[in-house]
Amino acid sequence: MEIQFILNQKQVTAEIGADAVLLNVLRDLGCKSVKCGCETTNCGLCTVWIDGKSRLSCSVLAASIAGHEVTTLEGVAEEAEEFGSFLAGEGAEQCGFCSPGFIMNVLAMFRELDSPGIDEIKEYLAGNLCRCTGYMGQLRAIQKYMQAKKTQKMAQRRGEATA
Amino acid sequence: MMAAAMTEKMDKKQAGTVKNPGKLRVVNQPVSKVDAPALVTGKAVYTNDLAPSDCLIVKVLRSPHAHALIKDINITRAEAVPGIECILTYKDCPDKRFTMAGQTYPEPSPYDRLILDQRVRFVGDAAAIVAGTSEEAVKKAMKLIKVKYEVLEPVLDFHTAKDNPILVHPEENWKSLCPVGADNKRNLCAHEMSESGNIEEVLASCDYVIDRVYHTKANQQAMMETFRTYTYLDTYGRLNVVSSTQVPFHVRRILANALDIPKHKVRVVKPRIGGGFGAKQTSVSEVYPSIVTWKTGKPAKIIYTREESLIASSPRHEMEMHVRLGADKEGNIRGIDLYTLSNTGAFGEHGPTTVGLSGHKSIPLYGKAEAFRFTYDVVYTNVMSAGAYRGYGATQGIFAIESAVNELAQVLGMDPAVLREKNMVREGQVMPAYYGETARSCALDRCLKRAKEMIGWDGKYPRRDMGNGKVRGVGVAMAMQGSGISGVDTGSVAIKVNDDGFYSLMIGATDMGTGCDTILSQMAAECLDCELEDIIVSGVDTDTSPYDCGSYASSTTYVTGMAVVKTCETLRAKICERGAEYLGCSSDDVEFDGQKVTNLKTGDSISRKEIGNRVMCSSNAPLSANEAFSSPTSPPPFMAGIAEVEIDKETGVIELIDYAAVVDCGTVVNPNLARIQTEGGIAQGIGMALYEDVVYNAKGKNYSNSFMQYKIPSRLDVGNIRVEFESSYEPTGPFGAKSIGEIVINTPSPAISNAIQNAVGVIIRELPMTAEKVYRGMQGK
Repeated sequence: MEIQFILNQKQVTAEIGADAVLLNVLRDLGCKSVKCGCETTNCGLCTVWIDGKSRLSCSVLAASIAGHEVTTLEGVAEEAEEFGSFLAGEGAEQCGFCSPGFIMNVLAMFRELDSPGIDEIKEYLAGNLCRCTGYMGQLRAIQKYMQAKKTQKMAQRRGEATA
Repeated sequence: MMAAAMTEKMDKKQAGTVKNPGKLRVVNQPVSKVDAPALVTGKAVYTNDLAPSDCLIVKVLRSPHAHALIKDINITRAEAVPGIECILTYKDCPDKRFTMAGQTYPEPSPYDRLILDQRVRFVGDAAAIVAGTSEEAVKKAMKLIKVKYEVLEPVLDFHTAKDNPILVHPEENWKSLCPVGADNKRNLCAHEMSESGNIEEVLASCDYVIDRVYHTKANQQAMMETFRTYTYLDTYGRLNVVSSTQVPFHVRRILANALDIPKHKVRVVKPRIGGGFGAKQTSVSEVYPSIVTWKTGKPAKIIYTREESLIASSPRHEMEMHVRLGADKEGNIRGIDLYTLSNTGAFGEHGPTTVGLSGHKSIPLYGKAEAFRFTYDVVYTNVMSAGAYRGYGATQGIFAIESAVNELAQVLGMDPAVLREKNMVREGQVMPAYYGETARSCALDRCLKRAKEMIGWDGKYPRRDMGNGKVRGVGVAMAMQGSGISGVDTGSVAIKVNDDGFYSLMIGATDMGTGCDTILSQMAAECLDCELEDIIVSGVDTDTSPYDCGSYASSTTYVTGMAVVKTCETLRAKICERGAEYLGCSSDDVEFDGQKVTNLKTGDSISRKEIGNRVMCSSNAPLSANEAFSSPTSPPPFMAGIAEVEIDKETGVIELIDYAAVVDCGTVVNPNLARIQTEGGIAQGIGMALYEDVVYNAKGKNYSNSFMQYKIPSRLDVGNIRVEFESSYEPTGPFGAKSIGEIVINTPSPAISNAIQNAVGVIIRELPMTAEKVYRGMQGK
């Protein structure tokens, strides 16, 4: 069957099987950032946004996204690079295999929550497994990124006030 | 003797190009990984991202029986499925046994495998290989293959495996290449005994003897990227293998053995790897697409599902350890006797070697003991084959020895930290149970002291009742590991100078996300007085990379790191020679400062850039260097870990509150990456201690076959992990460094066990330590 949807701000048409899973369709469309880690919705590696919300693409039938908007890490490359530099600054990307899904959910969190506390962050990201880092470095990266953003915003506001 | 000469040589080198850690410019700095930008933006750099779209999809039909003989396989209907390219059975595979263990030849692991065998030895063992143009076709064909099994009684209890009339490997062409005490007619994969002093006499004269049995289970490495490989034939008709592996050079040999083809027919390429932790030190997935490509001439790939990765892979060896620990009234540990029974499962990968570490890397923590004895048996059973997992036996042995020491502390009524301070190995001591090596660098005393400060031990030991039905306890453990396999493993490195003077650093060590591409570049930049950006590095290709045994045994920083240092020394001399030649003077008169070669007599100089460019015009010799390193010693890193847990007195539920760890890995080459290694290793250790278990039913079926059942810790399960470093200086290591990768998984199990013991008085001797076990322990009191 043929479906049309918006992928990373671009209209796409895909020929899919009726039982095709979104994860595989996205990878076939060239979004290789989307990874599969478990097939049972336990690991969070396949996280993408559907209409702006984090979803596990391994458990979404591709047919159901006709007419919807899908975003993968490729679609938010600039933001990914910016947050990613904080992650790398801690050495916390390590093998990098869980990074795309993790970063998608982190960026979703920043959109949804205003300066979340440690417990809120842990809760929000609980579904994103990582076997390399022990999670502490990821948390440091998030906190430093939030601090940098805050400083940036304050500087901007000061700039606007003096202008 | 050899070791002493080595040290002397190294010490001399320290005075030369290897600087002291106080003056380091690139090494000991927290630089980001060189591959980070690609990884955080999700670039297509992993095996499955790179595989051509026309690869045949390869899948393995797996045995539903723990032990059976294949009487007949009917593939007629399966072959008729449109898109099916080939179906292979044991009749199509060479009848020459090999091992999938990634070890230096001759491998201690027995040659006990065929790609496909008429005898299947565990639920999940390979029975047939199916390849086709689509996953749907392959799955359909798999359902249509009719296998007639003669079901045999399996050996499922590893206590009864040795000398059991049922043999896991009765075949005549089974062979063991090394004298490890293996005997397939006794279900024995290895057996050995080593000792120093008279252990029976010493134990008989001790005031206290702790006599206990500890049991650690199989654990899955559970790296996020499962096993995967793709293969194709190149222009020259050679088998090209792109695989997520820690051991590309070993895989080349393994595939040549498995397919019974010459090694020169095989090329192995390692792209980025999504984690390994030892799992990929066994060639789990490579043989299947390789034989398909070799038979069909077509590209092929296999991507293990998570289920396959959990039922047919290479988990940690289950071990049962009987410890007898003797001490006097004052708490001086006088003797340690350890018997380890290790379960290697259906095949012997890493069986004879992991078990050794259970004693050799636990007993030496206690330097004063007058005698020790270490005996082991490694047995075959009809469960999935074990393999290499971070810690490699040391993790299991340290749980046993450290737990026994904690039990001794209780019997003596002594603080377990104080007991350790009294007995721990110290710098300069000879370690009889560690091949007689001397602990030339050891800051274990400082590690323990600092870990106690970090957790506030003196205020918290042994327990604090929180007044809400919960009680908190603290517990302590120490650990050691090695740095490479002494006298065996080899790392070699090549560096060449290119036009404009940039360097290519060529390594055969495999970065599996740990960052060796980065830290080896840091070392090279330090030695060559240049910036990190002046050095390029790439993944491993067995056709072009210099030989390296691979990334395992905590070897990369230490072994390959020393090869980098040696190569840089040679290259610097060659750059001086070439600069002098171009300047028309003697090489005795020049100096290289990283940017230019200067004639000290005249002040004339020539830049590295110009040297690089001139080397490429009318030159009769390349400007490059290539050196190898293999160490006669394996200097242990040390660490101390202290856990604080909270126990619900009603239910036995355990919550990990805080974990303080202090590591002595010598000079820290990259503080960020070493910290992440430590935090990550501790989190895996917490998983082993509290959650992870491979559970079989009475017929040998593995129930822990998804992340629903096999629970690795999430970020809500690890509490707060805090890490610091107390560095010693290892005179034989690069810049004073030792290893870091494995030791970090060793303390959580015994430290958490001790914290539970101190909180509620329950001693759990079998992992994982679940709420049920704590509850039953509290009820039984």
